[in-house]
Amino acid sequence: MIRIKCPYCGERDHSEFTYGGDASIRYPALDASREDWTQAIFFRENIRGFQKETWHHLNGCRMWLEIERSTVTHEIKSVKPCHPDLQKIMDSKK
Amino acid sequence: MTSFRIKNYGKVNRKKAISFKWENKKYYGYEGDSLASALLANNIKIVGRSFKYHRPRGIMSCGVEESGGLVTIGSYDKRDPNVRATTQELYQGLTAYGQNAFPNVNFDLGEINNYLSRFFAAGFYYKTFMGIPPFEWGTGTSIWMVFEKFIRKAAGMGKLSTLPDPDNYEHAHDFCDVLIVGSGPAGIAAAKEAADKKLDVILVEQDSLLGGDQLGDRVFNVDEVYSELKNLNIRILSKTTAFGLYDNCVMGLLEKVTDHKAEVNDSLPRQRFWTIRAKHIIIGSGSLERHIAFNNNDVPGVMTVNASKHYLNRYGVLTGKNIVISTNNDSAYKTAESLYNAGAKVTVLDVRQDISLPPIFKDKIPVRFQTVPYNINGSRKIKSIDLATITDSSYKKIDTIICDQVLLSGGWSPVVHLLSHRGSSPTWNIDNLCFLPGNTKENISIIGAARGIWNREECIKSGIAGALDAMNKMGLTKTNYFFPKEGGWKNPIHPLYEVKHKKLISKSFVDYQHDVTTDDIRLAHREGFESVEHLKRYTTLGMANDQGKMGNIIAISLMADLLDKKISEVGTTVFRPPYTPIAIGALAGRHVGKHFRPLRVTPMHQWNLDNGAVMIEAGLYQRPWYFPKKNETLTDSYIREATIVRKSVGMCDVTSLGKISIQGIDSTEFINRIYANPFAKLPINKTRYGIMLRDDGIVMDDGTSWRLSENEYLMTTSTAQAGKVMSWLEELLQTRWTDLKVNVTSVSEQWAAVAISGPKSRDVIKSCVENSILIENLPFMGFVSTKLIDGIPCRIVRISFSGELGYEIYIESDYANTMMNLLWREVKKFNGCLYGLEALGALRVEKGHVTGAELDGRVTIEDAGLGKMASSKKSYVGSAMRKRGVLNSLEREQLVGFFPINKKHTFGAGTIVCEKNSIKGFGVGRITSVTHSPELGHWIGIGFVKGGKERWKNITLIGSDPVRNKQMELKVVSPHMIDPEGKRMHV
Repeated sequence: MIRIKCPYCGERDHSEFTYGGDASIRYPALDASREDWTQAIFFRENIRGFQKETWHHLNGCRMWLEIERSTVTHEIKSVKPCHPDLQKIMDSKK
Repeated sequence: MTSFRIKNYGKVNRKKAISFKWENKKYYGYEGDSLASALLANNIKIVGRSFKYHRPRGIMSCGVEESGGLVTIGSYDKRDPNVRATTQELYQGLTAYGQNAFPNVNFDLGEINNYLSRFFAAGFYYKTFMGIPPFEWGTGTSIWMVFEKFIRKAAGMGKLSTLPDPDNYEHAHDFCDVLIVGSGPAGIAAAKEAADKKLDVILVEQDSLLGGDQLGDRVFNVDEVYSELKNLNIRILSKTTAFGLYDNCVMGLLEKVTDHKAEVNDSLPRQRFWTIRAKHIIIGSGSLERHIAFNNNDVPGVMTVNASKHYLNRYGVLTGKNIVISTNNDSAYKTAESLYNAGAKVTVLDVRQDISLPPIFKDKIPVRFQTVPYNINGSRKIKSIDLATITDSSYKKIDTIICDQVLLSGGWSPVVHLLSHRGSSPTWNIDNLCFLPGNTKENISIIGAARGIWNREECIKSGIAGALDAMNKMGLTKTNYFFPKEGGWKNPIHPLYEVKHKKLISKSFVDYQHDVTTDDIRLAHREGFESVEHLKRYTTLGMANDQGKMGNIIAISLMADLLDKKISEVGTTVFRPPYTPIAIGALAGRHVGKHFRPLRVTPMHQWNLDNGAVMIEAGLYQRPWYFPKKNETLTDSYIREATIVRKSVGMCDVTSLGKISIQGIDSTEFINRIYANPFAKLPINKTRYGIMLRDDGIVMDDGTSWRLSENEYLMTTSTAQAGKVMSWLEELLQTRWTDLKVNVTSVSEQWAAVAISGPKSRDVIKSCVENSILIENLPFMGFVSTKLIDGIPCRIVRISFSGELGYEIYIESDYANTMMNLLWREVKKFNGCLYGLEALGALRVEKGHVTGAELDGRVTIEDAGLGKMASSKKSYVGSAMRKRGVLNSLEREQLVGFFPINKKHTFGAGTIVCEKNSIKGFGVGRITSVTHSPELGHWIGIGFVKGGKERWKNITLIGSDPVRNKQMELKVVSPHMIDPEGKRMHV
């Protein structure tokens, strides 16, 4: 079982989280072209090794997290809030 | 009791006799016995019949690797098949039966398979599928169907009870610093060392007693070990098997709580499924002794050497009187000595050259070097054994010895399973002829015999090293330590896997449980199966419930020989959890029956029940389905309810809708981006219906949003998508639109909601509120924040799902019952009714309103006929993609209504709509929701059809329902079957 260190809640079982998707994707503006959106939605790298992905702490603080996880070993290198301001707030409270 | 129980031996409690039944006959054992030891003490040699050939089988080991003593315990709904007699503790009144035998294990008609064995060789199943040569008649599944029932009856193990499992199981969770698996000398040393360093330690042992290999010592005091560990605050889980090791040092374990008890306290579970999260894992799982393949090596009385030592010293049972031991390593000699001292006549066969031995082996125990077992004579019991010696490259029979037991030691295999679960492949060690655990970067240490250390003192040292390794890997210390080297026998082990017989077909078993012989391995090789993984599947080697614990290495060595490779090149199969079998019930735990899923009820759940509701599940929610009057069926009831709503007024609990509070200065911008409909100019105190799309342009959900103030909205979602929409909004705000100042909060549980529908609904609500003018003046899609006459604050929205004049009242959940009582009093005055989900469905189908049945994740906003609602002036989620290629085709299925041509006909949801001369495949459409229409007086449905309504004007289509074996003629109509202009809801 993967254990994820939620920056707010601490280390928890992966069953508390849901997998989001590829965190490296930058979604285009809403008025961007269909081609740009097609690229963002349908084309994915199939990475062997560390990839950035989003996870939602669904049954916890409900924070969306950016996680660097190895697709081979499940090793997790880093966990941080997706929202940059959340990271700042948490840093300021330390 | 019997002569097989030896005085002054064993640790069983001889003061406490226990009676049990074997094959309906009563026997006695002692407290502390396993079922296997009690059977052996009673001279019961045949305990089962083999999987394919129905050969008599006896007890072959003393632990989890048991292949012969698989029995069925208990009867009726408590029947538990394939229980290893060797690990089943004896209890008062235990009833056990042998398996795979008719009428019984001593006389089994299935034994005929033994003589038909050439038909049951490796690949039998596959070949049956492929057809039978030479003519390949009956290829494919048809012949399989014919033979299946006979094969299933003949082959197999115990029979499962088909009744519901009467036992309780429980899930438990725990944490610790170090989890130690195995309580042999290494495990205990590690536990002591770790606890001494103030670590929080859990020690796990699958046996009922701690000690591991020491339980087979003549002198060993278990109580001393317990008291020592207790003083160190070590938590001990005995009768608990660590069956699987997962990521991040999470271990899955199964504790047998009452499996060994005669009388069960109902409050205790039968088994407990533990999930333990540790910071470090120390594996001291020991090693298992292998047997040797030679002709007739499965006759009852054949056993591993070490097992016989355990039966003697732990249970006081001498398993034979005239014993032949065959070995290729030093470990057997200690046992030989013990058995001799206990009174048995012992002969040792050693495949090796002359080795130096204590004097007892010259004077009292004859040892025959360079000698191997060649063949056992006897079928139901051992009569004698033929010996052979190796000449050139083949074996030559040299002698025959009369005996009643043959003990085998073909070497030892460390239990590398747990590390293997982590994806670390074991590596072949040429000096010790065994697979040793591979490397890992994880916080896992391997100690004792599991790392191939045979010597007890070295095992203890490795345990201490393991604890130090754990401290270092956890970052607590930087101690220098070293693990003792593997091995530890005085004389090197010599390879001996198979003694090949001259006979053409030899029953020389590799895998006892699945009846896989050495000839099967050769056959598989001849037929081209060269990879171990293929070999395993073709021959079913190691696929029985012992998972090849004893036989795999022999098979691999044979394969290596056939391929002319080294064992290290052939490799081993991957071990996967569970290490030993687990009851499905244990995995399910308490999540069975009504606890299978969480139950959600609305705050007026009891009120609904008190007023006669029959409930139905909608997602996790319990919702009122219908409110039957006396003797009414579902159909009677919903037709009456829907009719009353259209004529007068009805009320319905709609609390299960998702409700999300949206606040912040960018709320309007946010809501305008997520809905396809225009929302930017929604006035305060107005509500709008909205459709959300996914990024790819498909409809995600629909609902309403109410503008409460400049920067605050209340959003409703469908019941089914509430959770998904909430996560989606959070994702957008936290990952994409991080500049928007918006907060979303789920308030689904905080608000109770009821729909009041029908021409009289306004009158009902006016008499329930403090200020009726507000209601009188409330426009369609407007809402007010006001008070009910009891002064309870509420929000009332004028909205219609039924197509009639309608309102929904939202109130704090705690006031739900008060609201229901108040409204129901007024509704009754107009001869109104309570209505449930079925009538709600009927009313909305008549209006052609879509729900989850239609918006199933394949439908675009155009398909659903709602394309006009989408804004053309703004960009929103999905706007770029909603008209892409395939979604833009005129051939797409579009929302329509369906009428039966014959007004008496009915149809069901899921009916496939086809053209008259082409009733096949996916047809041209499908029906998604159906109902009887009280207003129209016949059956109606909505669904989708290619090209939409216009395409099928004046054409009769066929509704095909192959599942319910029905066909009917259909007419395509507008989905808005009643009041298409919407006059009624606007009155």
